[in-house]
Amino acid sequence: MNPFDYRRAEDADSAVAAVAGRPAAAFLGGGTNLVDHMKLGIANPELLVDVTRLPLGGVEPLEDGGVRVGAGVRNSDLAADPLIRERYPVLSQALLSGASGQLRNLATTGGNLLQRTRCVYFQDVTTPCNKREPGSGCSAIGGWNRYHAVLGASDQCVAVHPSDMAVALCALDAVVRVQGPGGHRGIPLVDFHRLPGEEPDRDTVLEHGELITSIDLPELPMAARSKYRKVRDRASYAFALVSVAAALDVAGGRVREARIAFGGLAHKPWRATRAEEALRGEPATARAFGAAADAELADARPLPGNGFKVPMARSALVSTLTELAGEDA
Amino acid sequence: MEAEITLDVDGERHRITADTRTTVLDALRDHLGITSAKKGCDHGQCGACTVLADGRRVTTCLSLAVASQDVHFTTAQGLARDGGHPVQQAFLDHDAFQCGYCTPGQVCSAVGVLDEFGRGWPSAVTPDVRAEPELDDEEIRERMSGNLCRCGAYTGIVAAIGEVGGNR
Repeated sequence: MNPFDYRRAEDADSAVAAVAGRPAAAFLGGGTNLVDHMKLGIANPELLVDVTRLPLGGVEPLEDGGVRVGAGVRNSDLAADPLIRERYPVLSQALLSGASGQLRNLATTGGNLLQRTRCVYFQDVTTPCNKREPGSGCSAIGGWNRYHAVLGASDQCVAVHPSDMAVALCALDAVVRVQGPGGHRGIPLVDFHRLPGEEPDRDTVLEHGELITSIDLPELPMAARSKYRKVRDRASYAFALVSVAAALDVAGGRVREARIAFGGLAHKPWRATRAEEALRGEPATARAFGAAADAELADARPLPGNGFKVPMARSALVSTLTELAGEDA
Repeated sequence: MEAEITLDVDGERHRITADTRTTVLDALRDHLGITSAKKGCDHGQCGACTVLADGRRVTTCLSLAVASQDVHFTTAQGLARDGGHPVQQAFLDHDAFQCGYCTPGQVCSAVGVLDEFGRGWPSAVTPDVRAEPELDDEEIRERMSGNLCRCGAYTGIVAAIGEVGGNR
C-alpha cells in the first residue's frame, strides 16, 4: 500500500472541495472495497477524505411518497430498516444476500454503488486488464470467464458489476443524488453505471470530486410484492453468477406491470425493459414469463466459459415471477 | 504518513503513533499487543479478525485505525474478562473449536449475531423479511457464513450459538 494523507471531512462542501482539488484523492466510506484495493495495489490514492462522519445517515419517508436513503447508511441498517422491509422487500433481500454480516456493518450505501468488479484479472495486478490499466488488454476474453458478462460487453472488457443492492435499486427506479464542485444533481440509477465500451476503466458517470449524498426511492406500491433471487456457487457469502430483482403487479390473472433487473450478466445492473414490455397485459403464467426472458436475452453473447448464464438467467426470472404471481393465489 | 491515533479497546484508551496505512487489526496486534484478533486472509474474506465496534461485529483488516477513532472496540479478550461471556462458555461446552485460530473471530461474530437476532434483523434465509426471524440452525449458519473454519468445527459452533440464543 502506498502512503497517503488522511483527512476527516467536517462537512460535505469541504469534502467535495478536498477531493475535487486533487486528482489522486478519494472519499473513504466503509472502506471494505477501497482499502482492499489499496492493499492489492489496484487503488493508490494520495489523500483519503473520510466522509463517514458527515450527516448522510438516515432512512426517511419523502413527502412525495418515496423514501430517501442517506449515502452513509450502513448496508446492515438499510436491510433491517422497517420502512424498506415493508415497502421494498426486494431491496432488503438484495442487501442481505451480499457479503457477510461483518462487512454489511461497515459498508455504506454510497460506497456499495461504487464497488468495483470482482473480475479475477482486474484484482490481479500482474495480469493485463483494460479496466485497471487502459490499453493493456483483457485477460478474461481469452481466459477464465465463468463469471463474466453475456450482455452489453465490449471487446475491451467483459467484467460484471458485483453489487446486489444496485440491481434492486435499478428495478425500483432509484435516483442517485450527488454533490459536486459544480453543485447538486440527480442521476437515475439505470444511467449511473456505464457499459464498458471504449472506456472500461470508467465504472460510472460520476465526475471526480462528486460525492453521493443520498439514494431516493420513488413511491412504488407494486414493490410491496417484490423479490430478489441470487444464484451462486455456494449457499452464502459469494458473488452472483446470476441474480434477478423483480416486482410484479397482477390483476385478474394478467400482468399489469413488471419491474425487472438482472445482476451478474453485464458491466452494470441490467434493467430488463424488453421483458417488462413483453409481459404487459399477458397472462401471469410460466409460459409468458419464459417468453419475456427470451425477449430480454435474445442479444446475449456468451463467452466460452459462461454459456450457462443464459438459461440460468431465464430460469431465475421465470421462478421469481412465478413465486410473485403465486402470492395472489 | 504518521498520525496520532486514539483507540478505545476493551474499555481502555490507547494513544499510538502509527502510519496512516495501519489497519485496526494491525494496531490491535502490533501496537497494543492484543492478539486475540487473528490475521487470516487480511482481505475481509475469512472473519478471523472480527471484533465488536460499538457493539456491532466488523472485520478489522479492512478498517483503517486512523478512521476508527471514537469507536469503542471489544475483542474476544475483552469478552473473556470477569469469567467470560456466555458465548465463550458455550463454545467450551460444545467443543466448538479444533485448531482455534478462527475462534476469537467466531466468538465475536456470534455475540454480534445474537444481538442482531435480538433486534429482529432478517437474513438472506429469513422466509419473509417483514417478519421476525427465528433462531434456527439455518439462520445461524447463514449469519455465521462470514467466518470460515478450515478444520470444520461448525457443528459445535452452531450448537453453542443456538444454546446461548435459547433455541434448545
